[in-house]
Amino acid sequence: MSGGDQTAKRKDPESIYRNVIHEKFKPSIDRNLCIKCKRCVKECSFGALEWDDDGIRYKGNCVACQRCVATCPAKAIDIVHLPTQYPPHASYTERVRQAITAQATSGGVLLSSCGTDMPYGMIFDDLILDSAQVTNPSIDPLREEVETRTYVGRRTGKITLSSDGYITGSEVTNPIVAMEMPLMIGHISLGAVSYNTQLALLQAAKNLHILAGSGEGGLHSDFFPFAENVISEVASGRFGVTADYLQRTAAVEIKIGQGAKPGVGGHLPGEKVTELISSSRRIPLGTDALSPYPHHDIYSIEDLQQLIAALKESTEHRVPVGVKIAAVHNVGAIASGVVRAGADFITLDGFRGGTGSSPRVIRDHAGLPIEVATAVVDKRLTAEGLRNRITLIAGGSIRSSADMIKVIALGADVASVCTSALIAMGCQVCQSCHRGVCAWGITTQRPDLVSRLDPAIGAARVTRLYTAWNEELKEVLGAMGIDAVESLVGNRDRLRYFGPNPKIAEVMGVKHVGEGWG
Amino acid sequence: MRKGYDNEDEFDRREDLPLLPSFGAQRPPGLQYMMGGCGIAGTIDVNGGKIPGSTITSMLTTMRERENGLGAGYSAYGLFPKEYKDHYCMQFFFDDEDSRIAAEEYLKDRGEIVREGSVPTKRVRSMRPPFPSVWRYFFDPQPRSKMFVLRDQTPDECIVDIVLGINGTIPGAMCVSSGKDMAVFKGNGYSYEIAEHYDLERYQASMWLSHSRFPTNSPGWWAGAHPISLLDWSVCHNGEITSYGVNRKLVEMNGYRLSLLTDTEVVTYLWDLLVRRHNLPPQVAAFALAPQYYSQIERMDERSRKLAEQIRMTYKEAFLNGPFSILVGRSRPDITLIAMADRKKLRPLLFGRSMDGSRYYAVSEESAVRVVEEQATTWVGNPGSPMIAQVGKGLMRKGTEAPFEGVFR
Repeated sequence: MSGGDQTAKRKDPESIYRNVIHEKFKPSIDRNLCIKCKRCVKECSFGALEWDDDGIRYKGNCVACQRCVATCPAKAIDIVHLPTQYPPHASYTERVRQAITAQATSGGVLLSSCGTDMPYGMIFDDLILDSAQVTNPSIDPLREEVETRTYVGRRTGKITLSSDGYITGSEVTNPIVAMEMPLMIGHISLGAVSYNTQLALLQAAKNLHILAGSGEGGLHSDFFPFAENVISEVASGRFGVTADYLQRTAAVEIKIGQGAKPGVGGHLPGEKVTELISSSRRIPLGTDALSPYPHHDIYSIEDLQQLIAALKESTEHRVPVGVKIAAVHNVGAIASGVVRAGADFITLDGFRGGTGSSPRVIRDHAGLPIEVATAVVDKRLTAEGLRNRITLIAGGSIRSSADMIKVIALGADVASVCTSALIAMGCQVCQSCHRGVCAWGITTQRPDLVSRLDPAIGAARVTRLYTAWNEELKEVLGAMGIDAVESLVGNRDRLRYFGPNPKIAEVMGVKHVGEGWG
Repeated sequence: MRKGYDNEDEFDRREDLPLLPSFGAQRPPGLQYMMGGCGIAGTIDVNGGKIPGSTITSMLTTMRERENGLGAGYSAYGLFPKEYKDHYCMQFFFDDEDSRIAAEEYLKDRGEIVREGSVPTKRVRSMRPPFPSVWRYFFDPQPRSKMFVLRDQTPDECIVDIVLGINGTIPGAMCVSSGKDMAVFKGNGYSYEIAEHYDLERYQASMWLSHSRFPTNSPGWWAGAHPISLLDWSVCHNGEITSYGVNRKLVEMNGYRLSLLTDTEVVTYLWDLLVRRHNLPPQVAAFALAPQYYSQIERMDERSRKLAEQIRMTYKEAFLNGPFSILVGRSRPDITLIAMADRKKLRPLLFGRSMDGSRYYAVSEESAVRVVEEQATTWVGNPGSPMIAQVGKGLMRKGTEAPFEGVFR
């Protein structure tokens, strides 16, 4: 009869909305095998399991990180992928409905980590490599040398010799760094990952004679001995950029953007800002470390030129200074400007690149695939006569040696990798890095979790992984009749496109399968 | 019966397969890149004496396993009388009268034609059409002419512009050679047919380079046959460059426009870029094209090592990967023969010297030397190391020296 509020009063009126966000995974514990050691309860840093008098009980929140599976002495645990319970709908997928429900509950920006998991399809998987037959002999890397040394730095495009044979041009004074393979470990900051993780990555880089990125969190003084293998990042937050930092490095990289979040600054949740991170980043304990979106001293290309010049001066021109940009639609022109502004190398980060924390809407919907970005930049710089002046590094979703080889053939001098290094150390790509409770001790600062990763074992595993990739690179080069990796850089003639959209091949300057040389 | 065959049966076997089509100056439709195996032979008289065309013809045609009738050619250096040797000798293939008129207009806008005329050719019955007409112009570019006046270029740069301009814009016209005191004679046919077609016996030259072709998948094309030439450079090439896509970028970045679609064209431009424009000694340029391994570079003395590392960094796009042996000729400042193989030596190359020390040879097979001089001394060079012989100076490198010998003073 009466109007007004007809809502039924409940104690927690919104719980019903939360309850429709279903679990995606569930640990299934075989009661016959379980020895009730409770190890899994301890190992699960997401708090998904508990001891319930007579057995292990699942509380919810499993991310399928496999830690309990890997550590169960009785091998009693499997992770079950639960089917969706929503009424089927091709457009309003489970993912879409869950996001809406979560945001209606929290009112916040959804965060996620790792590279985007959207099913865009990998262009790498649509590219096929060439091999030598008859008219040129393939080369057997087990019996003959196949060289993979790669240099990072600026080049002059010309050698000027005096009449008595000495080099007189600036090519002798340009700083340049040699790596023993065309691969570097990308920027993963201390903060996003643990001390032990960064130590393992740097040790692996040293073992492999390659470079590793510092990320934007500065460099802990314990890591100064790795100076010859570090590319120090200068990001918009300037975290940890000190005189020591710029002195103890092999190269400096200005981070303008990151593939996983183009146009967005770095984001380290306060939960991860422990005493260690607070001291190396020089920020208060427990505060979110939010880098400004742009550099507030770079509002245009000439400002970038000034920062490059300032960093070259501060490092006394001893090390190359480069610029990292996220792959975006106009990346060719941007890269050209960056070269003209004086960068010694350019790092392109593709839109599937990883992140320790990013707004999901940016991660999933902004940027450009690295395959296209690399080819477009290589073509643009070649057309402008600039390509032989700089080193081009490409990263963001390079998952395998095949991807590394393809990105080099598309135009990169160096492939930059991150996620594969973390997988080598136990990461299962559960995309929960931003929560800071990584059960494998990688993307966490909690001391009990950090101690789970033995840096020596981590370093050995990463070293083995990339040694294997380099051997596979040599196999492929040999099969192509190429005995030095520089002869593959931008050699798009040796690729063919075998995918659904030939327009992509055209944009990249790659022929379609079935098209020969002539 | 044709030259080079012992009996008719053998000849017939080779003609058994269906023939690929043949093209003159005009680029074959759809052709994007050419490759194949080949035979090469070159000889130089370092005292400036004249070598008859019959000598080089014998050298090349004896290597008959190395060709299949889809292209052969010769370049001659030091063949013109005094009054013409200081003018650029520009030789063209024309498919028709229109293309010749257009090319002549193009030339007249940019300089002075001192003398013109058709290059003498004979009809060889076994050859099949088309037969592009071959024209020779002794030409002086005018850097102050209306087409060049704003660019402030040297005469050489004007010639490069003219060659790339005509090849790129006038259909049915292709510049075959454009150097001083040198000329290229090439076409679609067996080596002995081309020699007869141009009646090479009428020429005497201080240096000859030659090439016969065994293409794997491309049609015959007169303009695409070797030697490939720009200015006084000419290059004969046996090989397949697996780094073509990379090398091509370097020459394009330096302003060259590719029109012949062969890796040899890129090799020619690389020599022009490194030696003429970047002023590098030929052995340094050779190292850029076929560098030693880092493991070898580490064992060098310090200044050689620094130079070697710098070359590998700066000129990594010049590195010719894959199998090749090449003959490179130039006429300025002196007539020079450069011969080298790739750094693994995946294609054959042999050097020779005449008994009296006046002639040097560089060939794919020893038979090519022995057929003209039974008693000649022969040797092989190191992988990637050039043999260099020059008129007036003799043998400057045997191809067995350390890479930078002669560079440091």
